[in-house]
Amino acid sequence: MKRITIDPITRLEGHGKIEIFVGDDGQVVNTYFQIPELRGFEKFAQGRPVEELPRITTRICGVCPEAHHMAGAKACDAVYHVEPPPTGRKLRELLYSTFFVADHSVHFYVLAGPDFVCGPKAPVAERNVLGLIQKVGIDAGKRFFGMRRQAHEVIKLLGGKAIHQVTALPGGVSRGINEEERKHIEAVAEDFVDFGQFTLDVFEDVVLGNQGYVDLVTGSTFRHETYYIGLVDENNCPNFYDGQIRVVDQDGKETAKFHPSEYLEHIAEHVEPWTYLKYPYLKAVGWKGLVDGKDSGVYRSAPLARLNVADGMSTPKAQAAYERMYSVLGGRPCHQTLAYHWARVIEIQAAAERMLELARDPDITSDDFRTVPTATPTEGVGCVEAPRGLLIHHYKTDERGVVTDANLVVGTTNNYAPMTLSIKKAATDLISGLDEVDEGSLNMVEMAFRAYDPCFGCATHNLGDEGSLEINIRRRDGTLIHTARR
Amino acid sequence: MGENGKPKFAMYWAAGCGGCEIGVLDIQEALLDVADFFEIVFWPVAIDAKYKDVEAFEDGYIDLCLFNGSIRSDENRHMAQLLRAKSKILVAFGSCAHEGCIPGLGNQYGTEALMDYAYSLSPSTENPQGLRPQAVYEMPEGDLEIPTLLDVLTPLDAVVNVDYYVPGCPPQPPQILAVMTAIMQGAELPPPGSVIGAGVKTVCDECPRERKEKKIREFKRPGTAQPNPNECLLDQGFICLGPATRSGCDALCVKANAPCRGCYGAPPNVEDQGARMMSAIASVIDSSDPEEIQHIIASLDDPLGTFYRFSLAKSSLRRLAR
Repeated sequence: MKRITIDPITRLEGHGKIEIFVGDDGQVVNTYFQIPELRGFEKFAQGRPVEELPRITTRICGVCPEAHHMAGAKACDAVYHVEPPPTGRKLRELLYSTFFVADHSVHFYVLAGPDFVCGPKAPVAERNVLGLIQKVGIDAGKRFFGMRRQAHEVIKLLGGKAIHQVTALPGGVSRGINEEERKHIEAVAEDFVDFGQFTLDVFEDVVLGNQGYVDLVTGSTFRHETYYIGLVDENNCPNFYDGQIRVVDQDGKETAKFHPSEYLEHIAEHVEPWTYLKYPYLKAVGWKGLVDGKDSGVYRSAPLARLNVADGMSTPKAQAAYERMYSVLGGRPCHQTLAYHWARVIEIQAAAERMLELARDPDITSDDFRTVPTATPTEGVGCVEAPRGLLIHHYKTDERGVVTDANLVVGTTNNYAPMTLSIKKAATDLISGLDEVDEGSLNMVEMAFRAYDPCFGCATHNLGDEGSLEINIRRRDGTLIHTARR
Repeated sequence: MGENGKPKFAMYWAAGCGGCEIGVLDIQEALLDVADFFEIVFWPVAIDAKYKDVEAFEDGYIDLCLFNGSIRSDENRHMAQLLRAKSKILVAFGSCAHEGCIPGLGNQYGTEALMDYAYSLSPSTENPQGLRPQAVYEMPEGDLEIPTLLDVLTPLDAVVNVDYYVPGCPPQPPQILAVMTAIMQGAELPPPGSVIGAGVKTVCDECPRERKEKKIREFKRPGTAQPNPNECLLDQGFICLGPATRSGCDALCVKANAPCRGCYGAPPNVEDQGARMMSAIASVIDSSDPEEIQHIIASLDDPLGTFYRFSLAKSSLRRLAR
C-alpha cells in the first residue's frame, strides 16, 4: 500500500490534509480529507450578549467575515422578533453583494482561473494569476486588482472595517449612508457590472473556446449525481442574502422547500473520528457514508447548487448567462463539478447587478435604517448564502438576550462530503495505475476540490512562485517514493 | 541575509481566521515593494509551504517572521518553536498571536466542553456513538493522524520568546505598511518586547465623539438601543473599551457607530486591559449607595466577554474563569 499525502492545504479553520491510499496494484483504494482544527465558537458564544455574535463569529473566517456578520445579524433579528426597515435590510444586502463580487472574483482569477487559462498541466511557474494575466492580457490584471481595491473601500464604508465588520445589529444597521457615499457606491457598482460581463467573456473565450477544457468540464471524471441545496426568493431565483431553502434531487425535482428556521428537520451533521469537521447531510435521506446517488443524503451547496435549485436568475445579464450555461451543458440540474466555475462567474454578474439595483434604490439613503428591538428575545435562525455554501446561525437566549445556545452550520462544511467524493473519483481516474505520479495529474486531482472553492488559500494562494501543496507518495512503512509539489 | 543580499521573510498562520493575512494583502501595491525587498522563504498562503524546508534552515536563518494565529493545538506549538529557533526577529502579528483574541474566550469553558458541544450537544449533530476526533485513528488502509487540541488556547509568547507585538484584529493596513516601511528603511527598532504598529495613547484619543463628564446610571446594549453618533458612547451608557485600548486603529468601530471592543489590546503601561476597563467603569458609576451601585453593575451582561473579549488568554484571569 502506498500513501499520497497532500499537506498542508491552507485555510478552512486552519488547514486541510488529503490522504490518498494506493494499493500494490497501483489502484487508488481510498482517500481521506482531514481538517485538523476546531476553535469551538459554538460553545464560547454561550454567555455573550446576542448582538455581539455578529461581531464575534466574524472571527471564524477572515476571508468571508461578511457572511458570518450577516447570518449573525439575521439570527439576532429573529431572536428579537424584529424586522429591519427596508433601508437597514438593503444596506446589509448592498454590503453583501459587493462582497460576493470580490470574493468570487478572487477565486476565479487567482485560484481557479490559472488551471483553465494556462492549462491544467502547464508548468507550475506559469500556472498562477500572473500567468493568467499574461494570457488574457494586462487589462484583466488591472481590472481585477482595481475591483479588489474598490470592493475593499465600499465594504469598509458600509461595514466600518474592511475585515471583521461591525455595523449590522438586531433590527438593522448602526448607521446609514449619505448621497455622496451612495454616488460613489453606484459608480463602483457600474464598474462591477462591466467587470462581471468582462469576466463572463473571459470564461466564454478561454474555457468554452478550448475543446480540451470543454471535454474536461463535461467528462465523467468530474461528475457526481447528488442532491442540491440553495436559498431562493419568491420566484425561485437565487438570493444570497435571504429566502427559503430549496432542495432538488438528481433529476432536478424539488424534494423540499422550507424556511431556514426549520433547518433541523432537514439537515443533520455526521461525525467521523479522524477529522475535526462534521459532514452535513439530508435527514430525509440519511447518512449512508461517503457515496453519491439518490439513496445518499450527501448534497452539494454553493454556486452550481444555487443555480441547480433555481428556476432562473433575478437580473437580466445573469439570466442570459444562466440560460447559456444550461443550454451548453444539457439542461438543469448539471452534475459536472467543474461547472461550479461557470456558475461562479454567473454569480459575480448576479451580485454586481443586484449591487447596482440597491445603490440606485431610493430607500438606500434614508435615515430609517434601524428598528430598535422591543420584544423579549427568545430564539432565532439567520441564514445567508456564503460564497462557499449555505450558512446557518441558530441562537437561543435568556430573557435578557444573553446566549444560552448557539449552533452553526458553516459554508464550506456543506460541501465537505462531495469534496471528499470528488477527490476520490479524480484520484481513482487520474492516478490509478501510474508508475510515476506527475505533477500535472496531481494538479488535476486538486482541481476536483478547487472547484468548490473550499476556504483554503482563497484570497492569496498562488500569487506567484510555487503553490502551497506538497504531495508525498509513501509506502505503508513511510518510505518516500516520490515527491511532487505545486 | 542570503547570497542575493536580501533579508529573509516568513509569515505563518497558526490557529486563526486568516484576516491577518488579508490585512497584509490590503497594503495593496506596497506588497510588491515588500516582496522585492525581502526574499520570501516561507509563507504557506503565498508560496510553496514545506515544513521540511523550514526544519532544514539554520537557526536564525529567517530575518523577520510574522506569526499570526494562536496556539490551539500541538501542531501550532511545534511550528511556533520551530519558527522561533529559525528566526532572528519573531513578531506576534495580530490579536490571536498577541493575546489569544476572541477564540481565547474558549478558555472560559475548556477544550473538552468545546468538543462536547461540537460533537454531541449541538442540535444538528447526529453522533449516537459519541465519537470524538482522535490524534491517531486506525483505518483499514492505514493510520490517520490529526493534531491534538491543547487544554487551553494561548498566545504566542506563552510557548516561545517573542521579539515584537503587532496588535489588532486584524492589524490595520496603514499600520502594517508603517512597520514594513520602517524595517525596510533600516530604522532603529524599539527594545525587544515592544508593541509596534500601533499608537501610544488610547482609542479615546482618536475618537471624534464629543465627551462630557461621565455619569452612568444604567448600562445600555447596542442590541436594544441606538447610540447617538456624535456623543461619547460611554457617556451614553454603552460599554466602549476605548479608554482601555491602545490607539492605532483610527477608531474605526466608533466612527461606524459601534462601540470599541478592544482588539488593539491594553494601552502602554497597562498590564491587564479588562482590569483597567473595570476600574474606568467603577469610577463613573453615578451613585454612592452600595445597593444602587450593585443594581447598576448587575445591569451589565457578560463582564468577562466584554472586558476580556480579546485578551482573556493573556489576562491575569487566564483559566481562573473556569
